[in-house]
Parts: sequence; structure tokens; C-alpha cells
Amino acid sequence: MAIEILMPALSPTMEEGTLAKWLVKEGDTVSSGDIMAEIETDKATMEFEAVDEGTIGKILIEAGTEGVKVNTAIAVLLEEGEDASDIDSASSAAPGKEAKADESDDAKSDKALAAAKSDAAAPKAPETDNTPDWPEGTKLKQQTVREALRDAMAEEMRRDDDVFLMGEEVAEYQGAYKISQGLLDEFGAKRIIDTPITEHGFAGIGVGAAFGGLHPIVEFMTWNFAMQAIDHILNSAAKTLYMSGGQMGAPMVFRGPNGAAARVGAQHSQDYAAWYMQIPGLKVVMPYSASDAKGLMKTAIRDPNPVVFLENEIMYGKSFDVPDVDDYTVPFGKARIWREGKDVTIVSFGIGMTYALEAAEKLAEEGIDAEVIDLRTLRPMDTASIIKSVMKTNRLVTVEEGWPQGSVGNYISSVIMQEAFDYLDAPVINCTGKDVPMPYAANLEKLALVTTDEVIAAVKKVTYK
Amino acid sequence: MAAQKPTKKTNASAEELKAYYRDMLLIRRFEEKAGQLYGMGLIGGFCHLYIGQEAVVVGLEASAKDGDSRITTYRDHGHMLACGMNPDGVMAELTGREGGYSRGKGGSMHMFSKEKKFYGGHGIVGANVPLGAGIAFADKYKGNDNVTFTYFGDGAANQGQVYETFNMAALWKLPVIFIIENNQYAMGTSQQRSTSSAEIWERGKAFGIPGEAVDGMDVLAVKEAGERAVKHCRSGDGPYILEIKTYRYRGHSMSDPAKYRTREEVQKMRDERDPIEQVRNILLEHKHASEDDLKAIDKEIKEIVNASAEFAKESPEPAAEELWTDIYATEVPQEA
Repeated sequence: MAIEILMPALSPTMEEGTLAKWLVKEGDTVSSGDIMAEIETDKATMEFEAVDEGTIGKILIEAGTEGVKVNTAIAVLLEEGEDASDIDSASSAAPGKEAKADESDDAKSDKALAAAKSDAAAPKAPETDNTPDWPEGTKLKQQTVREALRDAMAEEMRRDDDVFLMGEEVAEYQGAYKISQGLLDEFGAKRIIDTPITEHGFAGIGVGAAFGGLHPIVEFMTWNFAMQAIDHILNSAAKTLYMSGGQMGAPMVFRGPNGAAARVGAQHSQDYAAWYMQIPGLKVVMPYSASDAKGLMKTAIRDPNPVVFLENEIMYGKSFDVPDVDDYTVPFGKARIWREGKDVTIVSFGIGMTYALEAAEKLAEEGIDAEVIDLRTLRPMDTASIIKSVMKTNRLVTVEEGWPQGSVGNYISSVIMQEAFDYLDAPVINCTGKDVPMPYAANLEKLALVTTDEVIAAVKKVTYK
Repeated sequence: MAAQKPTKKTNASAEELKAYYRDMLLIRRFEEKAGQLYGMGLIGGFCHLYIGQEAVVVGLEASAKDGDSRITTYRDHGHMLACGMNPDGVMAELTGREGGYSRGKGGSMHMFSKEKKFYGGHGIVGANVPLGAGIAFADKYKGNDNVTFTYFGDGAANQGQVYETFNMAALWKLPVIFIIENNQYAMGTSQQRSTSSAEIWERGKAFGIPGEAVDGMDVLAVKEAGERAVKHCRSGDGPYILEIKTYRYRGHSMSDPAKYRTREEVQKMRDERDPIEQVRNILLEHKHASEDDLKAIDKEIKEIVNASAEFAKESPEPAAEELWTDIYATEVPQEA
């Protein structure tokens, strides 16, 4: 059966082109790979090669013709044993229709998805899980965030041989911030691995090891250095499950201190919460207390997805109550209400909670009763708990150390505006770090970060006090 | 076809030679068909064809054993066919259909097979190199003797993360074969214009990684080099580098007019060095196969490729609900 040769699409965006020149004539034999014609696309002149073997039976579009639509028959190829009388029998694969989606079906399911979303937006009190993290009467011990993180990793490494820790100075040096203190002694050099200073490379090796069936914990000495590795966190770790149709992914934890420490200047002080929070495929954790650092780290290590775990150097030495139990975990996507109140909702996470709680205490002295919510995980984010709280207080202030434009608070504001607008009695205020690179001078650094006084001022503004 | 070099003696059996011929021909015909479907608008986006480079992956797969892994860049169709992935599933992924390996969500550059230990299909130049070393890290950690074939191009060989990986792979003696498929052009920039070293594999010497240059148009030479590399890695001696000098006949991607080289340069390579013709000549000269035998193979391949194209056209587009699946795993994946 004769074959129609169709005008090819020669770029991702080409719809038509010019048939500039035929390099074969009727009666010529061609085999696959022979160049038959030159075609001008919107970008370049391309050579058009034969795919099938045969004889050019008829040229249907003359050289020099402009505006030839993709998939128009431009010539007829005769196969072995055919002659010109077979030309009429030419058939093409006629893609066109089948290549297009059935649009009515698509439209329908798009509507279904939209409907599902708007149901969730209905202004009724959302379901939230407000069970306490530990039952009353649980034995507690005082522990620093540093110790809690180490214990969490050690417990999970005892539980699962496939879990290992790699990073700069994690083994013999015992951790640049001593988070991995003692782990080399217990687990040995096979599982506590010092890497060279090569974030891009070892993050990639970590992701590859996760593909290969292990469960790595990759420590960045700080998240600032992970900028060199961000391609692997996003493109290699976060997207592979989707790109592989669910066949494989990267169950692993990327962790380290995030945000400003003290007097380390612009390149060592960035808060990445809002950056990583944006990425589908990642889970993003930013604990404040030691019990959350422990419980969330254990959950992160058990999670089958890549988890970005944002710690804070200043918090490492702070002590909190931690349940003295065998296996303490905290689920992702469940905010913790640190303080109940009726006048205003203050939402924060990580070190931002320090300002939020301090502000709430001072406000209480002035008779303003603030509810303080710690998100704990930013993806998934427990927006239901914020909405529920705003439905009670009608006022919202968010607190974070990161920059204002495209902040976590911006996202929360948009959720509240769309889903609880009628409950707001004042605009939402986002308290953030200032829109400047972090300065070194002590006084300027203090000015650059969010302050408790700014949180108090914001609360007074939304409560019209 | 113009005169080929006279064939050399080989230790490969008639059956092996026929298998290499068949596997290389499958890749070539598959890629030609993919190019055709692209021209018809059935395949979209970027599509990087492997035509001309077939001997590289077929020669190396001949040196692999069950349990070994492979990972490559976005020019990945040949690697998938050579490790035994189903042409139907590959072609249907190219057309973005439900029957594709990633159910239409990955496309030409992002395809995977857990079953065949094919870890992609990666679209970021150089990123698959540390990933490959990481897979090798997992094998060493588990204490098996598997190796990971990590393919990348002469263009990727200028990425910093490649050398970060060389350093750690050598330091930790990871069982990884770094395969530089040097097709002489990093997209449109020739090796002379982009790369300070004439022999890229020699860069491994700085890390103490042994390696060699290989004629990538000769499948038997590739296989022999692959066996040396595999032996080195499997015995626990750490990584090995193969710089395989090859040539791609087509442009970098479908929309590349390839004006950075002459038509004569391409034609000369096709006429004198074609990897498939070389094996064909050996088969005929040594009377391992008759013209009829080879015709039968050609016919079989044509049928497989046509069937894959039909499957890829008829497989439905993924359901709209697929937009929202596979973003998060609910349980830790089990080993293949």
C-alpha cells in the first residue's frame, strides 16, 4: 500500500512551514535516513529524512510552497512492487483527532475537581485534630532540641538498618553543631558518613541511595549551603515519584539549621521555609520545641517521601519538656495550639514561635487574649486549625523570620481571605524579617529580624487597641 | 552503502552477533519511528534520538548481569530498549498515554522501570551522575556485587557535580561505571569549542580512577571494554571510566537543524563507521547469517516497532484524575 509522506512538525511549537526545496524527484528510490526535502520552520531550515523505503511516486506539494500545515500529505511513497496506479490507495496514520483529548470529558473532570475544591472552601468550621501530643500524666523530661534530634535519629537507626546519616563533619567531628554527637560510636563509619565539602555531589548521591532502597538522612551544615544542592532536592528527589508514574521515589530526610543564627551575615542567615514550602512532592517540617523536634524527626525518617527538615541554631540549646516514652512521634499536618485565646490568632512556626509566645504573654498583661498556633509542618499545612481559630477570634497575625515578599504568611493570608473572609474583622498582618540581606552589625541584625514588639504592635492594630 | 572497513576477527558467537544486530536495529528503527510520530504531532516537547549511538548501550548491556542498575540522561530511548523494557510502553510514554511507563506523566526525558533497574531518564545535564553513584552506594551498603552503569555525555562531562562525584566514588570505592558517551557535540558546541581536554576519560586520573577510550561505533570493542570495567567494579576496586567515542546522526533534538557540522561529516560516518552495518558485514562475511536470515530479523523488528506505534496511538490519554496521583507515596517502596 502506498504511503503518504506528511508535512512534519519539526519543533515543539511548529504548526505550519515552508516546503523550501525537494532533494528527490518522482521516480527516485529512497531508504530510511535519506534526506528528501528542506523545510523551513519558524526557527530554522531543517532537513527532512525518509523513514520508510520506497520510490517517490508523486510529489503533491511543490517546492517553494509556504504555509503548509503540519500533517498535510506532501508526497506519496510507493513500496516494493507498487506503481503509480497504487497512489490512490495511499493511507496515512491520520493522527489529528485521536491525538487530541476528548475535550468534553476533560471539561467535566476539571469541573469535578473545582467542585471538590470549593466544597472544602465552604464557610463552616473545618474538622481539626486537637488531641494533645501526649496524654495527661505522661512522664516528662527536660531535653534540649539538640538532644531531641540526636535521640530521634539514633532511635530510628536502631529500628531500621537502611537509615544512615551523611554530611560534613557528622562523624568524627561529632557534628558541626553537635547534633550527631555519639552516633559514630554507636553506629560506626558505615552508617555515619563524613562527606567532603561538596553539597551538590553528596545530595545527589543521597538521592541515588534512596532510589537504590536506602533511607538516607542528609545533613547540610546549614541550609544556606543547600543552595548548591537545591537541584537534587527539587528535580531529583521531589519530582521522581510523579515522573515515574509512582514506580520510584526518594524516601529520605534533608536536614540542618535554617535561618539566622547570630552575627553570621547575609550568606549564612536565610530562612528557606517559604521556598521549600512551595514544592509539591516535598514535605516541609520546621519545629519549635524539643518534643516536636524529636517526634517530627522520627516521623520524617519513617516517611516514604523526601522531607525537608528546617532546624534553627539558636533553638538547638533551648530546653523543653519531652515525653519520656519509648517511641514518641508527632504526625505531619497537625498544628499545635500552645495557648488558647479569644481576641486574636497568632500563627507561627520554628523560631518565630519565640516572638509569638512572648508577645502573647505581654498582651495578656494588657488584657488582650491571644491564641497562639504553631504550624510545625508547612507542607502539609494544617490550615484548618488556622481557619477554625480565626472563626473564633476574627483576627490574624502571622510571624516568621523570613522575607516579606512571597512569605509563608502571604500564603496563609490568601487561604484565610478565600476561605474565611466573612469572619475577618481586620486585615491579616504578616510580621516578617525585613526586606534586606542580613547585616553583620549587631544593632542592624536586630533591626533586620522580626521582633516581639512588632508582633505586639500588629496585634494591637488588628484588635484596634 | 559505501565500503566499510574490513571486518576483524572476533570471539563473539554467531548467536551473540545476531543478538547485537537485532538489538541495535530495534533501537534504530524505533527511533526513526519516534521521529516520524514527532513529525505527525503525536510526540511533543523535546525528543532526543539515539540514532548512530546504538553500539554503546548494546555493547555495555552485553557485559551486565541481573541485579545491575543503569541510569542515563534525556537521550534515553536506546537505553530502555537495550535493558529489555517493552517498546510499547516506551513509545506510549513518548505519546503521553496511559500505557506509557510513567502513565504519560514523564515523557521522553523522564522514564523509569523499577523492574529493569532503569533509574531514568533525567532532564538536568549532569544530575544523573551523582544519582548513579548513589545507587552504587546503596549496593555497596547492602553488600552485594551489583554495579551501576551511569551514562552521560561529553557535554555533561563539564558539569562540576561530575567531579564531585568522581571524588566521592573513588574515595568510597563505589561500584559505578562512568560512561561518557562522547558524540562530539554538546547540543551544538563541538568538543574542541567546549572542553579543554582532548581525552575526557583522562580527567579520572586526577582522582585515581582508571579508564579508557573506546571505539563506540564497534559494538564488540564496547562490549570488551564493558567487561573490563565490570570486572574492576565488581571485584570491589571502585569506579571505572569508559569514554566511548560515538556519533549521533540526528540533531540534538527534533528541532535542531544541526548547522554546526556539515552534511558530509554525517554522511561519512554513516557510510564508513555505521555500527549496525559493521555487525551486518561480520555476520555475512563469516557466514554466521544469510541475507535471508537478516531480512527475517529486519521484518521482525519492523513489526515490533509498528506494533509499538499502534499501541502508542491507541492507548488513551491519562485520566484527568492522574493529575493528582503519585505526588506523595503512602508507604515506603519495596525493593524490586
